[in-house]
Amino acid sequence: MNLEFGEKYETLRAEVRAFCAGSWPLRGDEARLGEREHAIAWRRRALAAGFLYRTVPRAYGGAGAEPDVMAETVIRQEFDGAGVPHRVGVQGPRMLVPTLLECGTEEQRREYIEPTLTGELTWCQGYSEPGAGSDLASLQSRAELVGDAWVLTGQKIWTSNADEADMMFGLFRTEQGAPKHAGISYLLIPMKTPGIDVRPLTMMQGGVDFCEVFFDGARIPAKNIVGRRGEGWKVTRATLKHERMLIGDSQGARVSFDALVALAREVRRNDRPAIADPVVRERLAEIAGYVATHEWAVARMLTAIHQGRDAQAASEMLMTKLFGTNLQQMIAKLALDLIPEEGLREPERSEVVMGIKPFTRARWVSHYMFSLAGAIAGGTSNVQRNIIGERVLGLPRDPRPAA
Amino acid sequence: MNFSLSEEQELLQSTVRGFVAKECPTKAVRAIFDGERRAVPALWKGLAEIGVAGLAVPESLGGAGLELLELALVAEELGRGAVPVPFLGHALATLALARGGSEAQKAEWLPRLASGAARATVALSEDGARWLPQEWRAEFANGRVQGRKLLVPEADGADLFVVGCRGGTLALAPAGAAVRVTPEPTLDRGRPLATVELDGAPAGPLAAFDAARLVDAGCVLLAADAFGAAHQLVRATAAYLQTRQQFGQPIAQFQAVKHQLADMALDVDPTRGLWWYAAHAFDHAPAEAPRAASLAKAHITDRAQQVARDAVEAHGGLGFTWECDVHIWFKRVMFDRLWLGAPELHRGRFAALEGW
Repeated sequence: MNLEFGEKYETLRAEVRAFCAGSWPLRGDEARLGEREHAIAWRRRALAAGFLYRTVPRAYGGAGAEPDVMAETVIRQEFDGAGVPHRVGVQGPRMLVPTLLECGTEEQRREYIEPTLTGELTWCQGYSEPGAGSDLASLQSRAELVGDAWVLTGQKIWTSNADEADMMFGLFRTEQGAPKHAGISYLLIPMKTPGIDVRPLTMMQGGVDFCEVFFDGARIPAKNIVGRRGEGWKVTRATLKHERMLIGDSQGARVSFDALVALAREVRRNDRPAIADPVVRERLAEIAGYVATHEWAVARMLTAIHQGRDAQAASEMLMTKLFGTNLQQMIAKLALDLIPEEGLREPERSEVVMGIKPFTRARWVSHYMFSLAGAIAGGTSNVQRNIIGERVLGLPRDPRPAA
Repeated sequence: MNFSLSEEQELLQSTVRGFVAKECPTKAVRAIFDGERRAVPALWKGLAEIGVAGLAVPESLGGAGLELLELALVAEELGRGAVPVPFLGHALATLALARGGSEAQKAEWLPRLASGAARATVALSEDGARWLPQEWRAEFANGRVQGRKLLVPEADGADLFVVGCRGGTLALAPAGAAVRVTPEPTLDRGRPLATVELDGAPAGPLAAFDAARLVDAGCVLLAADAFGAAHQLVRATAAYLQTRQQFGQPIAQFQAVKHQLADMALDVDPTRGLWWYAAHAFDHAPAEAPRAASLAKAHITDRAQQVARDAVEAHGGLGFTWECDVHIWFKRVMFDRLWLGAPELHRGRFAALEGW
């Protein structure tokens, strides 16, 4: 056991830190660019330096490095600390790119990967439908090959960023009459295609992030399929090999918890700082136990990945999502109890944003609600419990009706 | 960064696990709970033979010269098997003596403690749940200890006592006429407690070991023990619920049951690193150690207790019987949660150390 990263990684850390200091914020003419262009310009530089999406092959804009979870951790810590725009868009770089590397054609890789990594090309994920949530493979949106085009009809829902994304990667039923999982294809859809109607949904806390997307005869090129017809389900599974790129980190929980402690120091209860109140201290310390548990569980998982202990890493990864989303909700609940009057006021629209930095009181109110989203998106907490029961504890699978 | 065990540490742990599986089947533990016997001396003797009694003793004095993490890895296995051996008090007393005893004290005691020929324990708590050093009132002066210590583990038959005294000092008192041990009925029958009255008992100072470190080490061992016990409870409950049939199927297939088991696993499995780190910090990051120890003790024993309650519930009517083994682990965890102070005490200690 050695909790130091060691010389090799500390050297890397110093390089990344120097790179951040020299590249951010942008200077000169670039400083006048808008937020999106800022991010793109910086990301180009970070890609060229080999610090961003470093395992993507050089031919597609990456650095072609071997996977090294410790290096990635050090880089991410430095990027977070420097506040650089490295976390732009999860769907494209972390979901689509690994899929194309695994199943895409050479032409698709060359066309899409590099602009996706820089942030020039943004993506949304068209999976869920009104009738296909946890049971995703029951999806009904159709694509019919007519001449040299797929013609799309149907509806997607809960599609984050659909109103801003350039492209969608989505699952469509292309093989009518085929068994449930065998009739699906994975398609790449330009969002400006006529026949696509995007309607943002207002979330419960008043913000806008996800959308409904309606397809009414939208035509996209026949070549915009990844993998073969009817193998879309397999394509999504193949992506799981790259699951390690999606592993959670504990940084979010630590940032929120530190902000919670700061809030408890700042607000008053019974004429003294709330943090001096025994009940508040007890609740904070209880949450601190969960935060530290999360951090050390992630450290164990990173080590297991680094050492190629895949079974251990997998079983720990399966628990990380549920643990982390439970924890964010615990933090938000205590925060709201510290600012009860604020919780009765409707937050200004400007405070209703994704994420909670900086932690204004109104944003805590928003986060109190938004922290529930994590328990639903990307596999609900109950689905996570099924997975833990079946894959960690080896319990019998749910009976599944024949396809 | 490498947050994993070394091959030697894994070997130590698998050796102890193998020993427990072979030598301490549940029926041996049950015999103690059923009052058929008070102890299984062969277990402690066997563990001493594979080096468990002397893990913290320097190699030059017959031990293995290892650290708190190794002791905690053993504690995990003993918790997993609910093994009825006098490990806790012995490990803590031996650690304190090895780290803080004079050369003469070490030479006199450690070889025998390491071989298992002698046994030691710690006498800390006093009336009013006085677990922490600043609260102790036993008097140590002129080579004699006067005081009444409660809830002393495995005191009956111990040869040596590390006694917590006023001002947070520690004294080393051999068993003798002036040390009266009165066994108390103990809920966890595998680890009997006793009241120890020292009436001018001859003792020497254990000057070079900070009593707070004894509390830290105790917290880590209890957390590891509770982790092992709770981990076992989750697996045993999952196994039972796959055999119990209702409505024509194993009840583990019902989502209500599956989800309860998943939440139990989520309470336990991720906490392994929490006590690993607390143990590591004790020897390698002393400034962090008190916080890490109290946090691990409070969090893990609390989660383990909830898991034990869930395990009883999941077993149904059977789970509430003496016949069902679950109560053995339930009581093991109760001991781990309450000995050295309830979670509230340690959360308070953590909060103060954080500067809140």
